[in-house]
Amino acid sequence: MTFAAIFRWIFRKLPIRKHYLLFAGSVIVGIFVVITVFASFIAPYHPTKDMMEPRQPPSLKHPMGTDHLGRDVLSRIIHGGRIPLTVAVASTVIALSIGSLIGWISGYYGGLLDRVLSLLMDSIYSFPSMILAIIIIAMLGPGVLNIILSIFVIYIPTYFRVVRGQVLQLKSEEFVEAARALGARDMRILLRHIAPNTINSMMAVSSFCIADAILTEAGLAFLGFGIPPPTPDWGFDIHKGQQFLQSGDWWLITFPGLMIIFLSLGFGMIGEGISDLLNPKRRRKRV
Amino acid sequence: MGGVGKYIATRLAVTPPMILILLTFVFFALRVMPGDPVLAMLGGHNIPPERIEEYRVKLGLDKPLYAQYFHYLGNIFRGDFGKSTRTGKPVLEDILARFPATLELAVFGMAIAILIGLTTGTFAAIRSDRPVDHGIRIFNIGSFATPIFWLGLMLQIIFAVKLKVLPVAGRLDPKIGAFFRPITKFYVLDAILKKDLGLLIDALKHLAMPAFVLGLVLSGFIGRISRSSMLEVIDKEYVTTARSKGLTERAVNYKHALRNALIPIVTVMGLQFALLMAGAILTETTFSWPGIARYLVRSIEARDYYAIQGAVVWIAVLISTVNLIVDVIYSFLDPRVRY
Repeated sequence: MTFAAIFRWIFRKLPIRKHYLLFAGSVIVGIFVVITVFASFIAPYHPTKDMMEPRQPPSLKHPMGTDHLGRDVLSRIIHGGRIPLTVAVASTVIALSIGSLIGWISGYYGGLLDRVLSLLMDSIYSFPSMILAIIIIAMLGPGVLNIILSIFVIYIPTYFRVVRGQVLQLKSEEFVEAARALGARDMRILLRHIAPNTINSMMAVSSFCIADAILTEAGLAFLGFGIPPPTPDWGFDIHKGQQFLQSGDWWLITFPGLMIIFLSLGFGMIGEGISDLLNPKRRRKRV
Repeated sequence: MGGVGKYIATRLAVTPPMILILLTFVFFALRVMPGDPVLAMLGGHNIPPERIEEYRVKLGLDKPLYAQYFHYLGNIFRGDFGKSTRTGKPVLEDILARFPATLELAVFGMAIAILIGLTTGTFAAIRSDRPVDHGIRIFNIGSFATPIFWLGLMLQIIFAVKLKVLPVAGRLDPKIGAFFRPITKFYVLDAILKKDLGLLIDALKHLAMPAFVLGLVLSGFIGRISRSSMLEVIDKEYVTTARSKGLTERAVNYKHALRNALIPIVTVMGLQFALLMAGAILTETTFSWPGIARYLVRSIEARDYYAIQGAVVWIAVLISTVNLIVDVIYSFLDPRVRY
């Protein structure tokens, strides 16, 4: 099922006004996806090849100015979403798959394996993820796949914890006991009885995870551990723009940063919106 | 008290293996990393192979991996973190010199985060589902979605480059710093101890932007939790009772509801600290703040094995300690935990 299908289903069932966060978040993310996919048609210039007058402030010809090599900032930020979106979505999906699987195994079977896995996951979880990501990326060297790897590793514990907690809780529910008594196998219990009950919260967690992964990717790029130039990337463009901060070239930093904020905000709003759906108490009645 | 004692003992028992796991991961990750610490240290090419070999032996890099690992572990237990190849000083000395800067930034950042987060979150819950609640929620998600380094750079452009009211980066003005002999290395505290107003103002001016940036970005998290935890308690019976007793709305909200809502907020503080350290990496880099997070990033760039390992262990111990303290506070706040 695609995100779009899920949202169509949600909107048919629920009023938009009440769930404005979910709605607004989806619209923002949708716009970014469209811009990124059709970047070559939308952008007025080529993001890497068109070199014009360097470091020009915003003007009619270049609404967001030009960078130190004379490239159009607007065209660069239109193209710059490809890496963050790919990295964030891919690493979240991989972390979701691996984290859920070991979380399920750990919670379902328990015992020594559960203890060891929990300890391992807790040690990663309690440590600042950014530091681990930097160490991993420094170890692997630059490249999109390596960034994805360094980011998905740090989100595995998040899913592990959520899934394990839910499995522990659901395991003792009567319907699971009943299924087991009827002779259902472990795989069937997982797929038919436990997984459907965790899907909603996984979607909320994943939205926040993508929002956070966008920031992590940008942070890595800002620190100089991102993909090598000249590929347009918001975090890296800010990193470059920092060199011209003292001369007051604000447009080099402002616009790529706003893109990061809007995209991350969009996913954050979706996550918050789904949390509201799951937990009606969070948006209760007035006093 | 038996319950708390046992709980803390369990936590204490789990902490060393957790740190060991991290250290082991980092140790072996670094050894498979491309890039040679000896070459990074000697810098440049055309170095005679016998000199490279000499340094390998000196750093113990000629021994097999497992031998290096156990040798390093043994040294750590004796308090020897090894020598940094980048600075040439013992790693522990480097860390201790930079740690107060990070802690100072963290304390001020946390204070700002709690102030903004708790106020906005509580306020949003009291006015839940009204325009102000929606505004605050979007503000909180927004501050969570803002890249910390971007916010820092924007403030630098506005306040340091354009308006010139705050310094761009660093901890002290070089003119003041040249004559300054720190006592505790916490500059704000030092200034107060020395009763030096000029120094205090300068230290606070340098601290203002990094602490605000760190605090604002963290406040979104605290704000969200404050809101939901306030909403949890706000229609509990004891709150209704307090209201029906004829207490003012203020007393009901702050004395009865907020106090109970604080419990879950405190629990996430430990988690906050890990976030804070992650934020510190970007903040310290943006503001050239001479703290431990910046030290770690520069050590990674220089392939400085011992410095990276030392800083990771130090940060891990720090976070575990904070988590433990938070748990103890929590168990005192909520008597139910003890039984």
